Amino acid sequence: MQRLALDAFADLGAFAIDGIGRLGRAALFFLRVLGASAAVLRRFRLVTVEMLSSGVRSVLIIVVSGIFVGMVLAVQGYEVLQRFGASESLGVLVALSLMRELGPVVTALLFAGRAGSAIAAEIGLMRATDQISAMEMMAVDPVARVVGPRFYGAVFSMPLLSAMFSVMGIVGAWLIGVRLIGIDDGAFWSQMQAAVDVRHDILNGLFKSLVFGVAAGFIAVFEGFHAVPTARGVSSATTRTVVVSSLTVLFLDFIMTAWMFRG
Amino acid sequence: MPASATEPLIDLKGVRFGHGSRTIFDGVDLSIRRGQVVALIGSSGVGKTTLLRLIGGQIRAQKGSVRVAGVNVGELDRKGLYALRRRMGMLFQQGALFTDLSVFENVAFPYRENTALPEALIRTLVLMKLQTVGLRGAAEVMPSELSGGMARRVALARAIALDPMLMMYDEPFTGLDPISVGMIGRLIRRINDAFGMTSIVVTHDLNESLLIADRVILLAEKRVYADLTPAELRSTDDPFVRQFVDGAFEGPVPFHYPAPPLVEDLYRAAPRS
Repeated sequence: MQRLALDAFADLGAFAIDGIGRLGRAALFFLRVLGASAAVLRRFRLVTVEMLSSGVRSVLIIVVSGIFVGMVLAVQGYEVLQRFGASESLGVLVALSLMRELGPVVTALLFAGRAGSAIAAEIGLMRATDQISAMEMMAVDPVARVVGPRFYGAVFSMPLLSAMFSVMGIVGAWLIGVRLIGIDDGAFWSQMQAAVDVRHDILNGLFKSLVFGVAAGFIAVFEGFHAVPTARGVSSATTRTVVVSSLTVLFLDFIMTAWMFRG
Repeated sequence: MPASATEPLIDLKGVRFGHGSRTIFDGVDLSIRRGQVVALIGSSGVGKTTLLRLIGGQIRAQKGSVRVAGVNVGELDRKGLYALRRRMGMLFQQGALFTDLSVFENVAFPYRENTALPEALIRTLVLMKLQTVGLRGAAEVMPSELSGGMARRVALARAIALDPMLMMYDEPFTGLDPISVGMIGRLIRRINDAFGMTSIVVTHDLNESLLIADRVILLAEKRVYADLTPAELRSTDDPFVRQFVDGAFEGPVPFHYPAPPLVEDLYRAAPRS
């Protein structure tokens, strides 16, 4: 019994040491990625290529999800609002939910699953097939050539995708609320226009998704770059990318919301 | 300071290296003269690739020194290391071509990343390197469409792009058909002599290395066990080297992984898991 307790204690310690070590490695790697920024941004074409493969190719899933989330919001929102005779405020409800929360968060979750996993798997496989080592032996820094462009591709794609998600969500809500249920078209838009604030709602939302872009992009390149170079290692790096990014995004969202919308 | 022609290009002295508690090298001394093709042989897992990584500066010796062209690799920072690596080429086991770039772009990669040459000149240089390995016709093909032997020749063209002083080959013959083996072997020798390089070839293919190498170095017991010319290797009577050359089953190298006696193992109660 005492043995078991001791073992459990030792396991806990090993877990903590392992976790802290990993966090430290991640922090050092983050500095290295930031250090390569100048080299990366000078060759912006490499970043645009990555924005094409991780950003543009995520547009379809973002657009479709946006429309559906907007439609669901409209149905649920109308159901509650009409009890208070406030169904004209549907536009406000939908726009604020999307811009402040759902747009940035759902986009980041979808991005982690669609693009983050692909980035981690690609870099992991490059490591497993010696492409990373080959680059190092050619005196080319893989952090500047492979990691940096993918990281910045994610950082720049995320706010754009998030804006797209919110717009499509509002379109979806308009389809349900105005076209199907029959809320007044003018009230829907004018109330939205009056209630949505550029700095407080739109810019805060975009700032959130920029932070999510940094988090999801960095986690993907970190997991991929440090993947164990085997089939199982790459697959577990991919899985960890999705799990860790999702949790990080939700955690950061809570922190930022508490800070932005305090008092 | 210009290095004199007689000074060895590569000079390892008392090199120790290990992972955790496992020692891979203990007291490796090795020097390689300019212009030579050296075959590096030894059992699997003896650390042949590790030796290449030490010379390339991807890992550092824990004791002793690794000098390349008079520079101590272990003391270089990243910038110095990259400057040195621009004068080294390495061919990886499976070629390590960039799978998202065409053959042409793979060979053009070192020029694009490390030089500011105009596009027209890059094109000429790439086509010349591809001509050297006989694959100019495959310039627009993607790496996934190449056979193993062709992929390795493309990787070779990429590795010699910047005309390195040192070429390192990590098992260039593994998994190739006999025709490709002969082709790669001849290329290694020809490129070495034509461009005035020095080459280290890690290999299991003794026949091929006897054909192309000036010296054969056998790694064993965590050090350089033997350093012979091909002629000396054929006539040696050291039992270990003999076993290696003949591929004999019986000899100093045991067939079995170290284990307690079989009877003891069989009669021991199965451990509860």
